[in-house]
Amino acid sequence: MSGHASNYQPKSAFAKWFHERLPIMDMVQGQVLDFPTPKNLNYFWTFGGILAVMLLIQIVTGVVLAMHYTPHVDMAFDSVEHIMRDVNSGWMLRYMHANGASMFFIAVYIHMFRGMYYGSYKAPREVLWMIGVLIYLIMMATAFMGYVLPWGQMSFWGAKVITNLFSAIPFFGDSITTLLWGGYSVDNPTLNRFFSLHYLLPFVLAGLVILHIWALHVVGNNNPTGVSVKSAQDTIPFSPYYTVKDAFAIVVFLMFYAAWVFFSPNYLGHAINYQEANPLVTPAHIVPEWYYLPFYAILRAIPDKLGGVIAMFGSILILFALPWLDTSKVRSGNYRPIFKQFFWLFVINCIILGFAGSGAPDNYFLSHEAANPDKWALTYKLVGQICTAYYFLHFLVILPLLGLLETPKPLPASISDAVLARSNPSTAHVPAE
Amino acid sequence: MSTAEHAETNRRDFLYIATGAVGAVGVALAAWPFINQMNPDASVLALASVEIDLAPVAEGQEITIKWRGNPVFIRHRLAAEIEAASKVALTDLKDPLARNANLPDADPATGENRVVGGKEQFLVMMGVCTHLGCVPIGNEGEFAVVEGNTKHGGWFCPCHGSQYDTAGRIRKGPAPENLHIPQYAYLSDTKIRIG
Amino acid sequence: MNVLKTLAIAAAGLVLSFGAAQAEGQKTAKDISYSFEWPFGHFDREQLQRGYKVYKEVCSNCHAMHQMSFRNLSQPGGPEFSDEQVKALAAGYQVQDGPNETGDMFERPGLPSDRFPSPFPNEQASRAANGGAYPPDLSLITKSRPGWYGTINQLINGIGGPQYVYSVLTGYTPDDQLTEELKKEQPEGKYHNPYFANGHWIGMPPPLSDGAVTFDDGTPSTVDQMARDVSAFLAWTAEPKMEQRKRTGFMVMIFLGILASLLYLVKKKVWADVH
Repeated sequence: MSGHASNYQPKSAFAKWFHERLPIMDMVQGQVLDFPTPKNLNYFWTFGGILAVMLLIQIVTGVVLAMHYTPHVDMAFDSVEHIMRDVNSGWMLRYMHANGASMFFIAVYIHMFRGMYYGSYKAPREVLWMIGVLIYLIMMATAFMGYVLPWGQMSFWGAKVITNLFSAIPFFGDSITTLLWGGYSVDNPTLNRFFSLHYLLPFVLAGLVILHIWALHVVGNNNPTGVSVKSAQDTIPFSPYYTVKDAFAIVVFLMFYAAWVFFSPNYLGHAINYQEANPLVTPAHIVPEWYYLPFYAILRAIPDKLGGVIAMFGSILILFALPWLDTSKVRSGNYRPIFKQFFWLFVINCIILGFAGSGAPDNYFLSHEAANPDKWALTYKLVGQICTAYYFLHFLVILPLLGLLETPKPLPASISDAVLARSNPSTAHVPAE
Repeated sequence: MSTAEHAETNRRDFLYIATGAVGAVGVALAAWPFINQMNPDASVLALASVEIDLAPVAEGQEITIKWRGNPVFIRHRLAAEIEAASKVALTDLKDPLARNANLPDADPATGENRVVGGKEQFLVMMGVCTHLGCVPIGNEGEFAVVEGNTKHGGWFCPCHGSQYDTAGRIRKGPAPENLHIPQYAYLSDTKIRIG
Repeated sequence: MNVLKTLAIAAAGLVLSFGAAQAEGQKTAKDISYSFEWPFGHFDREQLQRGYKVYKEVCSNCHAMHQMSFRNLSQPGGPEFSDEQVKALAAGYQVQDGPNETGDMFERPGLPSDRFPSPFPNEQASRAANGGAYPPDLSLITKSRPGWYGTINQLINGIGGPQYVYSVLTGYTPDDQLTEELKKEQPEGKYHNPYFANGHWIGMPPPLSDGAVTFDDGTPSTVDQMARDVSAFLAWTAEPKMEQRKRTGFMVMIFLGILASLLYLVKKKVWADVH
């Protein structure tokens, strides 16, 4: 890592001896303890730390579950039930892992929307943002393969549907799906390789997280004003200020997590996944886990197979281009009154997309009673189409134009000014000329 | 430093220490399920005993059954083997203790103490060499009873050359202890339950 | 306030209730209450023991329950039969074991470590004996069959699995009460049950009738009582560690609450001098 010289002074002879051979304490001091951090970060900034903890929990519970799980089509379902019934605390470990995935996604969505609102993707943080998008993509792949492992009905049919997406690719589609399956359908080879990859990818994620933090430490944190750090006055050392703040936020988040694990552990999953996979019978209604629903809605919005697949992947890949699609030089949404409105519209749009993805395409979105074809009615598919259009409109039209048309509010001269103005409004500064 | 400041510092230190302590306890408590999950689970514990019918095991014959993942030797000994075992002086034994889970730990390794219920014809013991866990080969070694060309009883461990006598006691080689005798009981004259 | 809240929840539940598909014409399960609902609820031991009896004497003639072993019946948080009772129950079954020394399979009395024996060796045999219908394994039935739908509704009331089982067991329309229309529609060997998840024609004949089992504790065995008891028993077989889970959860929440409060105070102190 670069940039910040550390004040580390080895205190003992051993520390000195060690330091000369591996200056890791120097790095800890410079990059963790003393790292200069803007003093005005709000609680939305604690989700980075929360995500690190969630990744750790998922890896630890996952490694432990793998000690009891059997990745074979004849035994996978029963081995999960064996974990639930016989293994010491197995029920807790499994519920932690299953609900942990959902918690991980809740935290990552808050983290991403925070970045979008405060313009954390803008120069000089483009690479930091893009690594983040890559992490998100790999997280989705990891979670998908993990969901297949219990080998319930939804595991099986989810795997079948998602792997079939690749068959939309012209010319090579069928060969690619055959390759992914290791056969002519989702079967034992598929389950076995998904287990292997599900075990591997979290460590890839951990590596990317190190890159993500490295990139963060090169350019430093963004902050709620979006104004860059100008002097030492604007920052405080990471420890103890942000270590305790993060620790507090992490424990509060763990309470939220524990409430699911212990009191409603199956709510975020699907009931039908407690029925063992049956390759001959498709369940009446296949839905992915909640965190994929917006993308599932986008997939279904396009009536063409290949088009739907392109739209779905495009909706994620477009995030890579976000730093260049947003033309405004002002980072924080706090100083962009019109952007702020559109930001929340975008959030609402994503939530509605989620609901649109949850329903059967031809069912009615607004009312059961509206199931009268003569009347005007909103199907899930139609809602999905409208919201998909708006999703892309936001990135491709609204963001580029807003930067050119919007007049931002005056920015504070520095982070310190903004903090002082807030804690003592009577002496609010007129922004420096 | 004034007293007020002092008190303030103390209160703050106490708060920090208390928080650190509660946090540390939490980590320790949370770590336990992750360690305990490696202990035998309920289904393993439920299989902790097996029943064996000894009637089909003829004199001079030996069967091996699996109990808790390990081999258990059940040998119907010849009178000559029993006699050979009982003639050995305790001072000649490398390990003088009976190693019989059905007897007190300190009991000596007499021929009689190597079985249960005085039924000396049936020797029931773990087929696990006390050196490093290999399975000894039966009717082998220097301490078997020799009749013409055939050896009866006695065990020889092929891994590192430990030799056991006709009561499964270590006589020669690197193994430190006699072959262990598991907990077992006679349910009837010819039926035992191990575990 | 409460009226408003209820209205809001009802409205949200209604709007969101189309997320999961409810089979056409399926009736929402009857919302009977159980002792094990809510964060402090626990199983009623006597009810589970009665439920086991109903399962054993009625359901197990056609339905397997292969995730359960006899030993589970004595573990804490379940019906908590005594070890001796469980041994006797298990010994009442003949279990196939083997192969023996000569390579043959043999029958022996059941042990607590044995799983509940299945009534049929495989799905095909089961279908053949039940007119083509496959009686599902009941181990996880209350976790895999929702009684009702709706994002908010399920969050508050759970998925209603036990209620679904209860409703199916008690919800048959007697053949002589079928409307003419339904009678015309009725497939051979099927019975009308509006609660059944897979269309309202079910292959299972009404399994319970008053007095079908005799409860050891003298509880009158009405259809309603037996359906309640057996659905509670099935809730336990689907989630045998429920009581442990809730108890652990309660302690975890208290602990995290204390830690969070302490950390909040520390955070306040540490940040006091930042302007």
